[in-house]
Amino acid sequence: MAGGLPKSSESNTSTYAGLGALLMLPSWVMIGFFLVLPVGLMLVYSFLTKEFRGGVIWEFSLAAYDQFFFDRGLFGDDPPVIEWTYIKIFWRSIWQAGLATFFCLIIGFPTAWFIATRTGANKSIWLFLITIPYWVNLLIRTISMKFLIRDNGPLNEWLLSLGIISDPIHMINTNFAVQLGLFYSYLPFMVLPIYASVERYNFAFSEAAADLYASRLTTLRHIILPFVKPGIIAGCILVFVPSLGAFLAPDLLGGAKNFMIGSLIEEQFKGNAGNWPFGAAVSMILLSMVLVVLTFYARQQSKGGVR
Amino acid sequence: MTEIAVDVVNMTKRYGNFVALSNVSLSILDNEFFTLLGPSGCGKTTLLRAIAGFEDISEGAIKLYGEDIADLPPNKRPVNTVFQQYALFPHMDVTANVMFGLLQLGQDQATAGARAAEVLDMVQLTEFADRLPSQLSGGQQQRVALARALAPKPKVLLLDEPLSALDLKLRQAVRQELQQIQQDTGITFIFVTHDQEEALTMSDRIAVIADGEVQQVGPAREIYEAPVNKFVADFIGETNLIDVAVSDVMNGNATCTLPGGAQFTCPAAIGAVAGNGHLSVRPERVSLVKPKDGLLQGSTVRQTYLGTDMHVDVRLKDGEILTVRLQNSEGTDIPEQGALVGLNFETGAARLLVD
Amino acid sequence: MAKKLDLRRFPGFLPLTFLCLFLLYAPLIIVMVYSFNDSNSITNWGGLSLRWYVEVFTGVESEKFKSAAINSISIAIMAAIISTSIATLAATAMLKAGNFRGKSVGFALINLPLMVPEIVTAVATLIFFSAIGFTTGYLTILVAHIVFCIPFAYLPIAARMQGIEDVYEQAAMDLYATRFQTFRLILLPLMTPGIISGFLLAFIISLDDFIITNFVKGAGIETLPTAIFGSVKQGIKPNIMAISTLLLLVSVVFVTLSYLVGRMGQNKKVTTD
Repeated sequence: MAGGLPKSSESNTSTYAGLGALLMLPSWVMIGFFLVLPVGLMLVYSFLTKEFRGGVIWEFSLAAYDQFFFDRGLFGDDPPVIEWTYIKIFWRSIWQAGLATFFCLIIGFPTAWFIATRTGANKSIWLFLITIPYWVNLLIRTISMKFLIRDNGPLNEWLLSLGIISDPIHMINTNFAVQLGLFYSYLPFMVLPIYASVERYNFAFSEAAADLYASRLTTLRHIILPFVKPGIIAGCILVFVPSLGAFLAPDLLGGAKNFMIGSLIEEQFKGNAGNWPFGAAVSMILLSMVLVVLTFYARQQSKGGVR
Repeated sequence: MTEIAVDVVNMTKRYGNFVALSNVSLSILDNEFFTLLGPSGCGKTTLLRAIAGFEDISEGAIKLYGEDIADLPPNKRPVNTVFQQYALFPHMDVTANVMFGLLQLGQDQATAGARAAEVLDMVQLTEFADRLPSQLSGGQQQRVALARALAPKPKVLLLDEPLSALDLKLRQAVRQELQQIQQDTGITFIFVTHDQEEALTMSDRIAVIADGEVQQVGPAREIYEAPVNKFVADFIGETNLIDVAVSDVMNGNATCTLPGGAQFTCPAAIGAVAGNGHLSVRPERVSLVKPKDGLLQGSTVRQTYLGTDMHVDVRLKDGEILTVRLQNSEGTDIPEQGALVGLNFETGAARLLVD
Repeated sequence: MAKKLDLRRFPGFLPLTFLCLFLLYAPLIIVMVYSFNDSNSITNWGGLSLRWYVEVFTGVESEKFKSAAINSISIAIMAAIISTSIATLAATAMLKAGNFRGKSVGFALINLPLMVPEIVTAVATLIFFSAIGFTTGYLTILVAHIVFCIPFAYLPIAARMQGIEDVYEQAAMDLYATRFQTFRLILLPLMTPGIISGFLLAFIISLDDFIITNFVKGAGIETLPTAIFGSVKQGIKPNIMAISTLLLLVSVVFVTLSYLVGRMGQNKKVTTD
């Protein structure tokens, strides 16, 4: 564009210049009032005293964090001992979420690549097929998985009738079932962002690499992967973060033995046995962990030159 | 005396530290075809957008028939724009596009419809009135954009490189058409282009702009034949710039020493001073003569065949290369490669420039 | 002739893609098939029948599911309408209002519901409503849904608006339209595909939500997901599979709609090149 050096969007005469704050107001009010403020209040609650039957007493207390980290209490008569119960639940959640992310990447990357390299109508159809499960109710998908892998469910029946196994495999209420559920829940979240970045990849780079004697694998490692890395990281975050706080998969597929953070939090707010300050504290710890992951992500994004 | 349509007074436009236009003053006359000509990024589009109201100005004033419009939003300014890529509303058919401005001005459907039909007739698009912009060719889209901008009878029509998206043949046809429409409607046109040929063939007057400053304003002939500075001479057409030592400038004439020692007197641009300077001589005004008859001497280094013309490059003793344009007719004597030649030009063909 | 090297192809990617699709679809298809099972036991196959669909609409639990469905759908419609409106205004501010104070913070705020884990949002919202003494119920569900639907509605609307060059608004203003008229006559029609996509996405997200609803709903009110979850806790019954199949079909219809709207948007290109 001749003469138009600065882009018009950077000019001080955007169509709605001066109205920005006004137009943003409804979203600020809604999210500020019903999300930011509540999260702040949750932080406050985590430092209050619990009331039996749910709710809180407005009295400062460190009991919630104390209960999380220490056996018998930091302020008791005995020397404090680290309490492993809840840390173990967190550790299991991290481990499960990480594993789910890994499996999603192993299956998701080739799928995203394959779809992105289709042409024309073919590509839309593949993409459409991948998107459908993404839109299907998570609860229903989890129930479907539960139905499929029950001891006398279709999967076991089928394996028995084929003679591959002689006794049903017990899958439900195991860590394996939770893993399967997480993987299955969030797989589409891995495929879509990777697909988006492979779409932007210019295959002239591959051709240039091949022209300069690079093998297929070398090209993948040194040319393609660095280019699509932002998509891969985005996909990993989109799988890891919701897996970490997942409730449905561990609750429906894992049962009481395979508790994850989500179930631990939920338990604190259901019925009279609950402990609101403790639930708020666990939520705060989870939120802090997620913020750490997201900060790492933001760093990566601003560092990566290729966009 | 002709009325002034648009008066830009000491206008400056900055984006942060970047100065897009610096202290620009221009008076565009009523019923004039006025062209802003300059290379990419020179500020000509910024100037046009400032007149249209899409850019705030940092300093100065813009007057439309005497009234200061610098603080009016675009929808309050009685000027219309033909945008570079036309910006036809993709969801409206041709008629709806043309009627848009009329309806916004408060005309009723019938009046606006009649005016739209009239303007579409003028640009010969009546049969395409119901089409969507995406169903039209580039040339047709360009006419719709023109019709849409003309329909409200603006006091001034702004055209932002409206021909740049068309192919060469079409561009040449549309040039004449635009000139005709300007004469028929009597509306002042301000036309932005980077194409000098476009500017020279269409305009009543041209403003040459570079680096955010107006270099020269004048009719096409004046700009071409009497450029004021090196930039204008070089940007408009082709020219030879000869290093000279100027001993004296008096009454618009300069006395100078050419490379090789010959004394020469020629017209000087306003503002030219004694010292080291440049003479501008157009290639077609230079003739090849015998070495001893020339003002300058050199040897030919390259001949370029250009159809109707032939370019002969001559290297002077000091290494400078001058181009001579010869017509390709039967009697033309083309010197051999490396031959020693003399170069001659008349005193009126050369001009001392402001550096 | 030697086979041309195809740099786009990696061996093994096709089977992995099929595996991916198989894993995603197998459980869903099996549930769909078993929802037509005539047998009382969910395990044994007793022939094709629609009896469990009849059961959904007339059975013992039908009243519960009917009111849950009405709640779910009415909340989803309202949450989608409101969040889409808010997101449309926000997208206009972010993309068409130049720079203003609080722009980057505002952008972060809009995306906040995507970043905070759902269960944390649920806890915080419950605590907030209980602290201000708001009775949990229909209204609290609606408010919570509006908040977390905003970023989902925002994404397609902003993407669409990004494709609308400023020159269209400038042309309208040049032709004497006010800023409001420019919005109504130019921006809104050009944004329509994005707004429809945003609405559909917000609708389905609201309809699907379980965790936040489960926390803020209070006693005595159910949406479809919470009602289904309640039933499943007592074991998967065939009527649940029938309901699941119905909900699945709703989702498929919505994806298809949004896909078609997206195609429509692509055909009518808005860029000027």
